[in-house]
Amino acid sequence: MSQTPHDPYAPKGFARVLETGGAWLLALLWILPLAFAFWAAFHPPEFATRFTLTAPLTFENFTRAWVAAPFARYFLNTILLVTMIFVSQIILCTLAAYAFARFEFPGRGIAFALVLAQLMIMPDVLIVENYRTMSALSLVDTLPGIALPYVASAFGIFLLRQTFRTVPKELDDAARVEGANALQVLMKVYVPLARPIYIAYGLVSVSYHWNNFLWPLIITNSVEARPLTVGLQVFSSGDQGVDWSVICAATLLTSGPLLIGFLMFQRQFVQSFMRAGIR
Amino acid sequence: MSDRFRSAIVGWLLLLPAMIFLVAFTHWPAVASLWESVMSTPKPRRPARFVGAANFEQIWADPIFWQSLTNNLWFALGTIPTSIALAMLMAVWVNDRLPGRTFARMAYFTPTILPMIAVANIWLFFFTPQYGLLEQILGALGFGATNWLGSKDTALWAVTVVAIWKEAGFFMIFYLAALQSISPTLAEAASLEGASRWTYFRRVQFPLLMPTTLFVLINAVINAFRMVDHIIVMTRGGPDNATSLLLFYIYQVGFSFWDTAYAAALTIVLLAMLALIAFIQYGWLERRVHYR
Repeated sequence: MSQTPHDPYAPKGFARVLETGGAWLLALLWILPLAFAFWAAFHPPEFATRFTLTAPLTFENFTRAWVAAPFARYFLNTILLVTMIFVSQIILCTLAAYAFARFEFPGRGIAFALVLAQLMIMPDVLIVENYRTMSALSLVDTLPGIALPYVASAFGIFLLRQTFRTVPKELDDAARVEGANALQVLMKVYVPLARPIYIAYGLVSVSYHWNNFLWPLIITNSVEARPLTVGLQVFSSGDQGVDWSVICAATLLTSGPLLIGFLMFQRQFVQSFMRAGIR
Repeated sequence: MSDRFRSAIVGWLLLLPAMIFLVAFTHWPAVASLWESVMSTPKPRRPARFVGAANFEQIWADPIFWQSLTNNLWFALGTIPTSIALAMLMAVWVNDRLPGRTFARMAYFTPTILPMIAVANIWLFFFTPQYGLLEQILGALGFGATNWLGSKDTALWAVTVVAIWKEAGFFMIFYLAALQSISPTLAEAASLEGASRWTYFRRVQFPLLMPTTLFVLINAVINAFRMVDHIIVMTRGGPDNATSLLLFYIYQVGFSFWDTAYAAALTIVLLAMLALIAFIQYGWLERRVHYR
């Protein structure tokens, strides 16, 4: 993060103490649920609600969670799902954004308004009709059934269109003079220049669909198609009584890959988010 | 072939794949909902037939709908201003060079990348009576026991708190990006004029953040009518519909009671509300926002 060497409004003295205290207190409150999940997951169940420092550490909750539900299958489903969605989104949104950014055609205004409408009306709101469509297509309880409503993302189209419009027209013209067709110009000029935006969008898309719950819950009813979120819910609302330690272990398992990925790439993530100009 | 004609063909061809999916899963279902909402729910022996406004009359007379609508408005009123204000505060804090700001930034943002469904389980434990974390803390301070999620008076606020916790850090990133794009010369100029920090925030930073606030506001409003994951895990709309939100009610009517026609009519009401909000936000608010 680039900081100015001299900031006349950097808090000093008492204000600095007060602000630091406030920032830390809020940070502790915000991290508390995760901290608790770590505590409960790594300690025996009898210490789940008793916070003594001498409590023994254990991995047993994780092994119990892992064998209690088909998490391997859920992981595979989720990874296939987010990959499927992201790849399709990138292709469809790139093509559409290029059309909106650099082509004149009748109906462009109406088409763009139709895209913007999806920013307000997310597929989540249309679960009843989309379920009907999926049954008509026999896609209930399949991964494509979960993915399809999200592959044309208005947010992605909008974001990429804004980016493509900032690409100098001269670069486009130069490539055309060399004899490149529209698709070649897109691949050789626009896509490479928009790389940080693809990264930022990828992170948003992957974390959104890794975490998405309502639609997958509705459209799946078997282990073969369930993603992690639905699997976790089925698992933790089971009849075996509430075992918080195992639930916390399963929670960490479920969100672990995203959490590790975020901690590793935190800096790049925040920066590419900023460069994407999503503000 | 003229250049204009060529451009039109290529443009539409590029747009076509995305348009097919947009129409199939956003616009068509919206129109189909309208159609379904004036029909009856098909039963094995009784196919759907035209019933006119009957579903909407049922909505008008449905106490659970009104309760869900009221709940949703309170939920929106609770989450939107609080999460935006907190996000702004967080962004100002982690933008300043405070000790431990990397940790603070990470802490604020973490809820965003955790699945709501997973953290809802943990919050469920926090709110559990007797041995839950909140109860342990309040008990130690000498307060009596409260069944946070089981009581009609507190349940909606409990789920609102979880939503604020989930959302504030996400909005913070947008504010942080906007704050960092404000030229440092403005701060220098303001300090030469002798402006206090509060004046600098109020007269310089805050107005320059307005486009971000509009963007965040739109997202916050959409989320207020869409966030149901934690309701499904934590309360299932209870107790006595105290935490039923509109989308949750649609889900319940459509997929627990399988009354698809009534769910379609409810969807139309929700869509109409979202359209009205969009109209207000784009038409009226945007003219009031100062762009650079």
